This record gives sequence, structure tokens and C-alpha cells, in this order.
Amino acid sequence: MSHRADEGGAGVSAPEALLSVQNLQKHFPVTKGLLKRQVGAVRAVDGVSFDVRKGETLGLVGESGCGKSTTGRLVTRLMEPTGGKIFFEGHDITHMSQSKIRPLRRDIQMIFQDPYSSLNPRHTVGAIVGAPFRIQGVQTEQGTKKAVQELLELVGLNPEHYNRYPHEFSGGQRQRIGIARTLALKPKMIIADEPVSALDVSIQAQVVNLLEDLQNELGLTYVIVAHDLSVIRHISDRVAVMYLGKIVELADRKGLYESPMHPYTNALMSAVPIPDPARRKDRERIRLQGDVPSPLNPPPACRFHTRCWKAQAICKTEEPPLAELAPGHQVACHFPENADKVTAPAAAKIAQNVEDALHPKKPVA
Amino acid sequence: MSLSQAETVAVVPEETGGSLGREAWRRLRRNPVAIAGAILVVLFVALALLAPWLAPYPPDKPVGQVTPTSIPGPSAEHWFGLDDLGRDEFTRVLWGARWSLIIGVVSLLLGMAGGFLLGLLAGAFGGWVDSVVMRLVDMVLSVPGLLFAIGIAAMLGSGLDAVMIAIAVVNVPIFARLLRGQMLAQRRSDYVLAATSVGVRRRRIVFGHILPNSLTPVIVQGTLTLATAIVDAAGLAFLGLSSNDPSIPEWGRMLADTQRYLSSAPLLAVFPGLAIVIAALGFTLLGESLREALDPKYRR
Repeated sequence: MSHRADEGGAGVSAPEALLSVQNLQKHFPVTKGLLKRQVGAVRAVDGVSFDVRKGETLGLVGESGCGKSTTGRLVTRLMEPTGGKIFFEGHDITHMSQSKIRPLRRDIQMIFQDPYSSLNPRHTVGAIVGAPFRIQGVQTEQGTKKAVQELLELVGLNPEHYNRYPHEFSGGQRQRIGIARTLALKPKMIIADEPVSALDVSIQAQVVNLLEDLQNELGLTYVIVAHDLSVIRHISDRVAVMYLGKIVELADRKGLYESPMHPYTNALMSAVPIPDPARRKDRERIRLQGDVPSPLNPPPACRFHTRCWKAQAICKTEEPPLAELAPGHQVACHFPENADKVTAPAAAKIAQNVEDALHPKKPVA
Repeated sequence: MSLSQAETVAVVPEETGGSLGREAWRRLRRNPVAIAGAILVVLFVALALLAPWLAPYPPDKPVGQVTPTSIPGPSAEHWFGLDDLGRDEFTRVLWGARWSLIIGVVSLLLGMAGGFLLGLLAGAFGGWVDSVVMRLVDMVLSVPGLLFAIGIAAMLGSGLDAVMIAIAVVNVPIFARLLRGQMLAQRRSDYVLAATSVGVRRRRIVFGHILPNSLTPVIVQGTLTLATAIVDAAGLAFLGLSSNDPSIPEWGRMLADTQRYLSSAPLLAVFPGLAIVIAALGFTLLGESLREALDPKYRR
């Protein structure tokens, strides 16, 4: 995969891959004492790889502290990655300097979780939404004010509210202001970090629908970080499940929700409330034992083995690779669930894939 | 879109275009404590500014006959009576307000400027700059404020400028720590990340986003510090660390000078003491209500 960088970013292997993340890592050093001696590292993100195709929505789910937000911030380069590679449109942006990345910021924008803290309380809505134009020196046909008002209208706000301050709006309206700001520069990709989790449930649906409408209208690509499985199910095309800084399962929405393979995904799914009490009995709630281990000292090999009911000796010694067990369905587990639903030829292929991933052949020259 | 339109209509039209400052002003005006504090402060400042015109007698010359055993109390000619040297006490209290205001404001401005600079450095750069500045601040703060001020004033030799510098130095670390903490908190907030993510430059983030949102508590602290500066100045003067010039009517010094006559003329201590309390109270009440009006916790 690294040949992309060598070729100056010209040849992207999958033409539709807008963003490609390879073995991304972020370790936060833990220091001690007066001399700031490093005594360890929090492995917030520890070897995450995924592609985001143009026009799709990738959902990143996981418990709090699993590194999903950090992944979002690494991709937007609000944080410096410790290791791995990030390619955007074939350009290696992993360690690009802030001045070099400034023009690229137009293309990757971010929606924040808390609409109360993501807007500067001292700036008017006009100033907030218009700031990207000024910063990036974008000329607008009929002036910035007109452009801002069009954006406000696009996200369902009253353009007359141009001169108001954030505190005069409700949470949902504030989130719309934040969305208008991210749209100002006509980005190609938007990273949304828990875009609706701070909102009332009734408002959540409105904002989720707004995001979908905007995607259809403007051809946007989303990476949506969330812990709410129903929101992710509603909006995502593909879903990546994270646990302790690693992706444990990556599949299209249907595959993931209908036949989750990783035990952790199964546990997560079983926690989603079912509104119909009659159907509730059909399903067994999987209760995970214990807490999420500290990312300071994650369990060796498979990180889930400390809480997994299927764990065996191999899970403690050999890390399961993220292997494609069904078309478009990658799982990192030695004993995946729902494997019986996969057809016989596919099963053989799975075995081969696991074998290949565990013992890679010598690369062909 | 009908739902969202309904949502936008729901905004109360009466509250149009209120910036945070205007909102705070509205809250401040409705707060009786703020009104009381403001009245006291305005009274104090007005008396201080107009003392030369309001005072009925010269502050540094005897205007009546006194002996150590008979110091005349309040009368129609001398509202607060005469002091031990036969000077008009009311005039001296008025002029004392002037001196208190000068000392308070100058030392506040000096202390604030120093603290602002250090806090800005630490808050904007972080890292080792922050560590160095904050360790310095910790060192100064580990010594009790008034004790430290006494030390500095004694070191600089007595005089009004020594008092001002001493009080300023004591207040520098308080402002530095306050501003630095605010800036650190703001630096991690999402709107700063949002500004970074559209490509705003570092300098502009510090001065355009972080600093304006960090100033509110500094302003509040400034108002409160004016109160303590006045009290501290009086304290230093009481201990004889202020100007040697006995003709300068300084409240703390007036308190000290009347000690010997406490039994025969107790009112001579009451008037300057009361003046100190009222001036400090005014700024404290105003500062506290400013904090309430500006604090985000009272907003939303």
C-alpha cells in the first residue's frame, strides 16, 4: 500500500477511496515526576486501517475510550499521529506541517459533539459561519454575508438570524450552525464526532436527516463517530466497530447488523433496546464481564479475550488479524460468530484468508 | 423543513441581537447587590476625585485648638471632629479616599499588567514556558500575601511608590494563574479546534478566540483586587510602611496615629476605619455581582 506515497500520490489503488488510513496509531505519553520521565503510553489508537470511499458514510462505533474520537481527530490532523499513514485523495497527509495542510483543510471538515462549546460565544452566527471564507480567502459571488445566509438556509435556519449570538439558539439550532460552518468551504469529506449525542432524541432525528439530505445534495463523504448503534445504523453505509484502539469488525451495515461476527459486536448489538416487548424474549442479552481494560496496558494478543466468553488459549497468544470472512466483511477474531451463515465455498475462502493473514507468504518481487 | 422552521420561529423575538456583554449588563442592572456596590463605588470615586473642592478645610493644617486630653468630637463646623493635631477629620477622610484610590488603582494596574503578561505567555505557549512561569507563580503564592508585601515595602524603603509596587507584586501571580488557567481551558474547547480545522493561524487563535474568552474572570478579579489593594495599602500604612510625610492623609496611617487616643477620642479611629470598610465593600459587592452576571453558569 505504501507505493502510493512513492508515486507522488498519483496512483490510488481503489479509485473511489477518498481517505485511506493505514495502521494508524496515537499514543499519549504518560509522564511522571519533575523531569517528565515517560513511564508509559496510553494507546488510544493502536493500528487502525480503513478506507473511506467517495460518497459513502463510514460509521465508527465503540464504547467511550475506545479511540474512535481520537481517530476522527487524527484524520482531520487536529492531532499528530504517532505512527501509520493517512492518505487523502492519494496525498500523504500524515505528518504534513500545519502551513502545508492549511489549503487541504477546505476539503476535510469536522462537526463537533457539543454544540455549546463548539461555537465561540463572542462571535455572531454570521462571523462564525463566515470565518472559513475569510480564513481561506474564498471569494464569494455576492459577498460573504449572502453566502452565509444561503448556508443558514441550507441547514434550515432563518437567514435573518445572521447577527445573533450562539446563546440565543437551542442545542439543535446550534448544531445546525456548526454544520453550516463545516459546509462553508464545500468540503469533500466531513468527520462528525458524535454529531447528535448531545442533542435531545427528537432533535437527533432532525439533524441526522439533515446530514443525509446534505450528503445527497452536495455529494459529501462522511465519517461518523458515534456510540449510538441506532444512529449509526440509520446513517452509515459501512460500519467499523472499535475496541481498545483497534478495529475488531468492519462491514457494510446490513452484514454487521444482521450477522455480526465478532463477539464484541454481538455483545454491543444485544444491548440495543428493542421497543417491542414480545420480540424482546427472543433475544438473549449478552452481559460482558468486567470493565474495559486500561489502554495504558492493554491485554496481549486479542484485546477482547479478558471479557470474551469464547476465548481460548490462542486468543491470549496470537492476535487475530482483521481478515475478510465474507465479501466486504472483515473481522478480527479466532472464533467468529455467525460463521455458519456463511456458505460452504465462502467458508473455505475464510479459512484460507485467516491462514494467509496469520502466516503471510513471502512477498512476490 | 417545516419542523426546523417552527424551531427558528420559536426564538423569542424580544431578545434580539444581545451580545454576551449586553446580556450581562441586563443581569447586572437587575441585581440589587450590584446596585448597592455600584452606589458605594461611585460615591467613593466621586469623593476621591472631588476631595479638593468638597473638603471644607485644608487637610494638612491645624484648624482648631486641641490638647491630648481634650480632642473635640463632631460638631456643626467639624462634622467628624478634629484629630490629635487639630486638623479637620472630615477633610482628612475625604483626602484619604483620594490617596486610597490612587494607590489602589496604580497597584492594581501594575499587578494586572504583570500578571496578564505572564499568564498570556504561559497560556499561549504552554510546555516548558508554562512550567517555568507557573513554578515562579507557585513560589510567590507560597508566601502569605500581606507578609510578602510587607517584605517588599520594607526592602524598597517606605514611601507611596514602595507600597504600590509591593501590592502590585503580590497580585501579579494571582492574575497570571487566573489568566493561564482560563486560557488552558479555552484552548481545549471545541470552537478552538473548529477554528484550527478551518485553518486559522495560531496567533489569531490566541488573540482572536482564546484571549477574549478568558478575560471575564480577570476583569472580575480586578474589581475584587481593588478592594484588597485598598485594605492592604491601609494595612501597610498602619504598620508605618507608607509615606513618611505626616501631612498625607492616608486612612491606614490615620488609624495608626489615633491609637494613643483611643480612650479619649475613639471616633477618630472609627471614621477612617469605616471609610476603608465602605470602599472595600463597594468593590467587593460590585465584583461579586459582576462575576454572577458574567459567569457562564448563570447563562443558558
